[in-house]
Amino acid sequence: MTLADLEIGTEARIESVGGARAFRRRLLELGLVPGTSVTLVRQAPFGDPLELRARGSVLSIRRAEAETVHVSIP
Amino acid sequence: MSSTSDKVVLLLGNPNVGKSSLYNALTGGSARVANYPGLTVERKSGQLLPELSSDLKVSIVDTPGTYSVSARSAEEQIAIRALLGLRGEPTPDALIVVLDAGQLSRCLYLTLELLELRIKTVLAINMIDEVDGLDLEALEKSLGVPCVGTNATTGQGVPELAERLRAELRAERPPLPKLHVPYGPEIIRALDRVSDALPEAWLGASASVERKRALAQFALGSIDAEDELEDVPDELRARVAEVRADSEDLDLAIVSARYQAIDEVLAQISSPQATRRARASERVDRFLLHPLLGTLTFIIVMTTVFQALFVGADPAISALESLVGWLQELTEELLPEGIVRDFLSQGIIGGVGNVIVFLPQICLLFLFMGILEDSGYMARIAYLADRIMRSLGLHGRAFVPMLSGFACAVPAILSTRTLERRRDRLLTMMVVPLMTCSARLPVYSLIIAALFPVTAFGLPVQGLLLLAMYLFALFTALLAAFVLSRTVLHGPSVPLLLELPAYRMPKVKPLLQVVKRKAGQFLQEAGGTILVATVVLWALLSFPRVSEDACTASSDAVLFVDSHTFDQPLTNESKSAAEGTAAAEAANGTAAAEAANGTAAAEAANGTAAAEAPEGLCPAPITQSYGGRISKALEPALAPLGFDWKIGTGILGAFAAREVFVSTLALVYGIEGDDEEAEGPLRDKLRAERHADGSPVYTPLMGLSLMVFFALACQCVSTLAVIRRETGGFKYPLFVFGYMTALAYGASFLVYQGGRALGF
Repeated sequence: MTLADLEIGTEARIESVGGARAFRRRLLELGLVPGTSVTLVRQAPFGDPLELRARGSVLSIRRAEAETVHVSIP
Repeated sequence: MSSTSDKVVLLLGNPNVGKSSLYNALTGGSARVANYPGLTVERKSGQLLPELSSDLKVSIVDTPGTYSVSARSAEEQIAIRALLGLRGEPTPDALIVVLDAGQLSRCLYLTLELLELRIKTVLAINMIDEVDGLDLEALEKSLGVPCVGTNATTGQGVPELAERLRAELRAERPPLPKLHVPYGPEIIRALDRVSDALPEAWLGASASVERKRALAQFALGSIDAEDELEDVPDELRARVAEVRADSEDLDLAIVSARYQAIDEVLAQISSPQATRRARASERVDRFLLHPLLGTLTFIIVMTTVFQALFVGADPAISALESLVGWLQELTEELLPEGIVRDFLSQGIIGGVGNVIVFLPQICLLFLFMGILEDSGYMARIAYLADRIMRSLGLHGRAFVPMLSGFACAVPAILSTRTLERRRDRLLTMMVVPLMTCSARLPVYSLIIAALFPVTAFGLPVQGLLLLAMYLFALFTALLAAFVLSRTVLHGPSVPLLLELPAYRMPKVKPLLQVVKRKAGQFLQEAGGTILVATVVLWALLSFPRVSEDACTASSDAVLFVDSHTFDQPLTNESKSAAEGTAAAEAANGTAAAEAANGTAAAEAANGTAAAEAPEGLCPAPITQSYGGRISKALEPALAPLGFDWKIGTGILGAFAAREVFVSTLALVYGIEGDDEEAEGPLRDKLRAERHADGSPVYTPLMGLSLMVFFALACQCVSTLAVIRRETGGFKYPLFVFGYMTALAYGASFLVYQGGRALGF
């Protein structure tokens, strides 16, 4: 499953990160490396973008990119 | 050991870690502010306070907040350039890395990259007051670099930070950091292959193996087929591509290895996961990012900002205009009649007035932007507005500049600097001038009041028409953004990646410093251009001067052949008056009674108006000016839009500022008096104006065509001047002028010719 499929408030573990190289690199650099736990906090009005919490910081990415982040629920 | 030469210390850190506050605490807030060459990114530098620097002379150079040294654009490249001392930057003697005590793991990522460069480094663990039980000694021990807990807002820990910095600066070489990442052999091999292709300039005189590898890290992390970096040699580019193709997922391997090392360090010390502030922030966000309540708050906040710009700036604008008017009168009283007097009064003082009139809105806008930014709400605006803005090809952060375009394009364009990507800034600048700014209102209000009935079929025609003009311009702007983002400014779409920082109370002093700096920058950078353009327009509409002798004999008409050739470009009394009534009409949907009075009185005078036209005897001087002549020459081109050369002259005058259309037209028709006095007679004149065949020039259809023209044309030298300033050349202002004029001409043509074909 992907980050975009998570239910709001669920914590999951990152399995892999995909997407365009530069963006993927930036996501990894922000600490979204495989093994990190991430929570889907909420979604903006119209269902996009999404708000995530990982490593104590709050980030927002769009649904399309969230779909390239594969996660598993432990 | 004391040193007479300046030591250079770079201040680096993630965004939102309190880097600016620390900069202020270290330097006392004094800053030399310049732009990085070729970029609209501010470069701040200042001296370390004497009580902190002891016998050393240290200059602190601030850098833009960044999550990593790796870069994608010229803007993000600033960090590596500053670190290497490229492009005229001084080579740093030491670094202060600012970390958020509550975000250690993410902040340590940047720290780790910097430590690999083997430059002397001191870490400021900022916002230390917000975390409990962080063991700094243990952290310092496991990192092997000085760590000082600071609270930049109170100054706590700053003396100790300076002391540790001085000790580092005096040391022979940086200590070997204990934290180093055990990269695997495959990564090391890749780094060494890349480092062989590094340009000499990056390496400096003698680069250690470690430093070479660190630079190879930058190259591997940054360079790819889609980057927008500058000064990257082809050889290096090719080598990076080659190395990347030969290895399996270097990005993942490198970043994961780094985070693994960071996680191991943090596992040894007790580091808190979420700070009190982060938890409080989350509670606030439950409300402010709530689908319903959050959207409502968003609308209220944006309305407040807009209202303040649109109405709140008015008293200051009026005061400035009165001041300019008073100075002009004074000049005219003190100096003998003649060209020097007119040049000083109408050209120079009027031109300066045309510059400073923007200051109230610029100051207000940057004050609001500062509050939104410093409080952390700006990131929420980008988050909430992203869905809408994205469909236009714009970044969510472009929302505030776009909105403020409804007040005035000049501050709106200046505020696009908050957008990180050049493409986003350009696109916003291209579209903002289409927003219905307040200077268009006096033009609309003149035309609507003169040519359209207050009500028809029980509908408030005037109010509805004004509303329609706003919607029409908004729709066109959105359409333009949509088209431009897919054509002229087509670029690789960059996915949204926002940090939503914890909320914080903005501080007054830094806010005011920014406002002051922005106002100063505007005066310095754009003021001159606007002044010169105003003087040129004044000259165009004032020369050649009509010989007064030729007229004195003829009639009383001489009365208006006086010095008011170009009735200064500041006509905001009429503007604000129009805003008051016309905006209210649009909002209420009812025609104000005031407008009705105006038209009734005007109609009474209507019959006599036509008889007084003295043009044949002694034409108003403006009609003889170069501007008037140009308009006459252009008349064949204007005719299909329903305009004659007199309107053409008004349009020309309106380049100084749109509302000047009204006063220029008044001059063309030889109407004297200030704008309020002139507007009534002007309306009558417009209604009475006839073509050679006796048909009225100003029909409602022509009025509509004229309003459409004003809605879409870039009738504003100030807008073009700031676009030139912000983009660093004539290309983009010319493009904006070209496409908007073409759009305006085309739309007016369609309206007028279409209307005629339909029998209007």
